[in-house]
Amino acid sequence: MGALDGKVALITGAARGQGAAEARLFVERGAKVMMTDVLDDEGQQVAAELGDAAAYMRLDVTSEDGWKEVVAATVEKFGKLNVLINNAGIITPVAELHETSLATFQKVTDVNQTGVFLGMREVVEPMKKAGGGSIVNIASIDGLIGMYGAVAYCASKFAVRGMTKVAAIELGKYGIRVNSLHPGGVKTKILDDTGMTEAQAEEAFKAIPLGRIAKSEEMATLAAYLASDDASYSTGSEFIADGGLTAGFALEG
Amino acid sequence: MSNLAGKVALITGAARGQGAAEARLFAERGAKVVITDVLDEEGRQVAADIGDAAHYIHLDVTDENSWAAAVKETVAHFGKLNVLVNNAGIVQVKALVDTSVADYMKVIEINQLGVFLGMRTVAGPMKEAGSGSIINISSIDGLIGMSGGSAYCASKFAVRGMTKVAAMELGPDNIRVNSIHPGGIHTPMITQAGMDESVMKDIFSKVPLGRVGQPEEMATLAAYLASDDSSYSTGSEFIADGGLTAGFSLEH
Ligand SMILES: NC(=O)c1ccc[n+]([C@@H]2O[C@H](COP(=O)([O-])OP(=O)(O)OC[C@H]3O[C@@H](n4cnc5c(N)ncnc54)[C@H](O)[C@@H]3O)[C@@H](O)[C@H]2O)c1
Ligand SMILES: NC(=O)c1ccc[n+]([C@@H]2O[C@H](COP(=O)([O-])OP(=O)(O)OC[C@H]3O[C@@H](n4cnc5c(N)ncnc54)[C@H](O)[C@@H]3O)[C@@H](O)[C@H]2O)c1
Repeated sequence: MGALDGKVALITGAARGQGAAEARLFVERGAKVMMTDVLDDEGQQVAAELGDAAAYMRLDVTSEDGWKEVVAATVEKFGKLNVLINNAGIITPVAELHETSLATFQKVTDVNQTGVFLGMREVVEPMKKAGGGSIVNIASIDGLIGMYGAVAYCASKFAVRGMTKVAAIELGKYGIRVNSLHPGGVKTKILDDTGMTEAQAEEAFKAIPLGRIAKSEEMATLAAYLASDDASYSTGSEFIADGGLTAGFALEG
Repeated sequence: MSNLAGKVALITGAARGQGAAEARLFAERGAKVVITDVLDEEGRQVAADIGDAAHYIHLDVTDENSWAAAVKETVAHFGKLNVLVNNAGIVQVKALVDTSVADYMKVIEINQLGVFLGMRTVAGPMKEAGSGSIINISSIDGLIGMSGGSAYCASKFAVRGMTKVAAMELGPDNIRVNSIHPGGIHTPMITQAGMDESVMKDIFSKVPLGRVGQPEEMATLAAYLASDDSSYSTGSEFIADGGLTAGFSLEH
């Protein structure tokens, strides 16, 4: 399938988890991919497996200068930039509002929210030059509903959802589409950081309509759809892949 | 791309507009398609253009018995049924105070009852097929209000709500159910509602993408939801509206 032929994508947090799955699938479907992360060994390893269609660069998404450097290098290496996946993100151990320090709150905000703001801002010029583009912001179901013990994370993900819509309104005239992707539970390392064990996570997701936690690959296919021209009339909207978690609640079984 | 290989899809209201575009794209991507509508001549023509991968059946979506017969014929013809696109619909623009019960019920029966009957009828065969995807074509009018749309908005909000209930009930059988919310799409629904090309251009130049959508751009979204690429999505809204519902601008 060459649905992403002609696309050059920059993916943040691509060393592992969903970002790595996106890099793999995007290359498989014809795109060139600039993978970025702060985990250099893992990032370089994935890029090496993918061959010439992928490259790795270090990018801490909170660094304004880092963004400028990586965007320029991507255009230099692959000739243009027309897809951005703002995927990098962190979560902190479950803690109630009154137990959340300012430092924790700001750390989550910096990575999950300011990182997305900087990324969107820095790719506008190259995407205009490319004649259009697609920005996919990885939010979460925690950008749609509340999650106990995650005040900073929910704040940042709701903010991503909101910024997505503003960017969509402003950038539509340049042919740049901007959408948010809202994963439910996905089996990646980030779950360790909530303090949940793998077994607990698997168990927790048995109660949702599809009865299971997702694989990273199932988020990559949605990101690929939004990156492709198949999504040409979608901008400023939420795209949810949560196994039905947010569909409603059941009084039965 | 052949990511719909192995899928058998029934599409309602597929004689023209978005439904016809879906039928064409689905067949192109490897699916077998049953085209249904009340416009038999146009429907048969679309099926004939596609060839052996398509089959036409007359189906008025408000008729319970016709649903049972159409689903049975689909399974007999193509061996199974694992995708349903509830696309048939009518629009009505009438002020609340001028809407008679008959006006109101006509829209509800086609747009809302039709979707209910469709979902209910395919659940059995999809369970037998081992999995399935039901795609309900709602509208942005299932997300926000439209002046003159008391019946239309009611029906499209209802579709959005029923989608979530069906997703919860059918999830355990691995049947996914999602709604699509098109913005303004260039089909006979708009052109026959008396909107001429220049008025249409003018209205939709105000959305962020600055243009009306094409039926093919809804077909690609329906194809995504029909395919296994969307394996973890159920009970959600999928919007393709050129940014119409993203927000408002005080500029220009
Ligand atoms: N796994 C889930 O259940 C889940 C659910 C909803 C949303 N998400 C979101 O999906 C995205 C991807 O997460 P994942 O599940 O693949 O987890 P992950 O922890 O495997 O991946 C996140 C990646 O982001 C990188 N990263 C962290 N801080 C960074 C920084 N400052 N600069 C650059 N990179 C940084 C990490 O090194 C890591 O490689 C995140 O935005 C996360 O919030 C995950
Ligand atoms: N065109 C738009 O701007 C727009 C926007 C949002 C949503 N929609 C929805 O998209 C769907 C497709 O509409 P379209 O734009 O292709 O318009 P359309 O009028 O070209 O197609 C609708 C089809 O439904 C068929 N139909 C009507 N009543 C029926 C019945 N009782 N049984 C079976 N078939 C019946 C019609 O014969 C027609 O072929 C509809 O549900 C509509 O409400 C359209």
